[in-house]
Amino acid sequence: MFRWLQNFPHLLEVLYDLFEIGLNPLKRWFKPGGRSEPVVIAVEKLGKGAAFNCKMCGQCILHSTGMTCPMNCPKHLRNGPCGGVRLDGNCEVKPEMACVWVQAYQRSLKMPRYGHQFASLQPPMNNQLKGSSSWINMFHGIDTNLPTGWEKTGDIPVNFIKEESHD
Amino acid sequence: MTSNIQSPCSRLEEILRAGHFAITAELNPPDSADPEDVYKAARVLAEVCDGINAVDASGANCHISSVAMCALLTRAGYEPVYQVTCRDRNRIAIQGDMLGAAAMGVLNVLCLTGDDVISGDQPEAKRVFDFDSIQLLRTARTMRDEAVFLSGRKITSPPCFFLGAAANPFVPPYAWRPQRLAKKIAAGAQFIQTQYCFDLDRLKEYMNQVRDLGLDKQAFILAGVGPLKSAGAAEFMRTKVPGVVIPDQIVERLKKTPKEKQQEEGKQICVEIIEEIREIEGIAGIHIMAYRQEELVAEIVEQSGLLPRPNI
Repeated sequence: MFRWLQNFPHLLEVLYDLFEIGLNPLKRWFKPGGRSEPVVIAVEKLGKGAAFNCKMCGQCILHSTGMTCPMNCPKHLRNGPCGGVRLDGNCEVKPEMACVWVQAYQRSLKMPRYGHQFASLQPPMNNQLKGSSSWINMFHGIDTNLPTGWEKTGDIPVNFIKEESHD
Repeated sequence: MTSNIQSPCSRLEEILRAGHFAITAELNPPDSADPEDVYKAARVLAEVCDGINAVDASGANCHISSVAMCALLTRAGYEPVYQVTCRDRNRIAIQGDMLGAAAMGVLNVLCLTGDDVISGDQPEAKRVFDFDSIQLLRTARTMRDEAVFLSGRKITSPPCFFLGAAANPFVPPYAWRPQRLAKKIAAGAQFIQTQYCFDLDRLKEYMNQVRDLGLDKQAFILAGVGPLKSAGAAEFMRTKVPGVVIPDQIVERLKKTPKEKQQEEGKQICVEIIEEIREIEGIAGIHIMAYRQEELVAEIVEQSGLLPRPNI
């Protein structure tokens, strides 16, 4: 319904920041397992569902993926795109659907604030968080609670090009 | 066996580090419980290759498992590259299998996301994709370098892996592809095997960007090549196999060839492509994928002037 919003990723990232500030005063109501949790989940599902086709993974990385929900990728990649993208930029699995990661890449190029995060290495999903509210999880640092083995390893330093535009 | 990335334990790694132009080849898994079927296919490849890729359910079709194939290969003294995909197993199974493979003498691991179940013979199967290729790579590196599982639990004797990843320079978003390679190297890839290279202009452009980033110095890049069996096979591959791009002029060239000579022509094209690839700076070797034409690999290697293989 509001999927057209995704075509304005530069506005969405500003909204994202405002939203985070706006939600801050409500923090004390946002508790995992709290009475307000079902309400928060319902609101998040409705809002992000309409705008991003959100799948409620509970560990939202929208701002790192060009405001494009990676859970719409049939392979559930968090570090896409895979090597199966079709020449027209559509999905290997669903030929009629634009590749989520091609869109994510193109949109991230239009995001001056968070676009560079497209290059960051996303950790494996915490499958226990499926269906919970990523807002609540964010406020309580639950979504950034990574497996010990993952935390222990650093990334090998490499060069990334800074790009002006995509082709 | 202890982990020591300074001194390679994999023969493939040693060959690459010594600066030889390396050759790996794909061994397609038989649909058979007879080990002789694996050995038959391996024998023709081993004489002309430095590593044999044990494919994990190629094209999402059910075959003998890659870990079992690797066990058979190491037992006979071959150098397998263990292909691991994320499609069929979750993180618990994958880490266990990698450790098991290491215990059976497997030293090279190729970390892949894998084709989707929809490409295979059982599209109604449940897809797993608990990891993606990059998370898998980084986890394998954690197991090797930190001697722990992803959970942080200790591994008493860690594996000594030479870690690889795949790359496909030929599909969108093109500008991101070299950076995706950078991401895989950041995660732990030490060697790269690419998708079939038929569009050499695109490959050269890709390698220019890869060299600009210095990535060819951080990982060994093996270009994927393979003989096309016929014009029909080429058409099938470029329309049905995910990620394979074959330019029109190659398909046209095969179509113009009489049917009985098409296989020979396909092999000739492959030899020409290898020749051109060897000229590209930053490419450390080739990876031959001769699906159901394994017997041609020896001829291709010989005609490309890549024999004898280094004896390390």
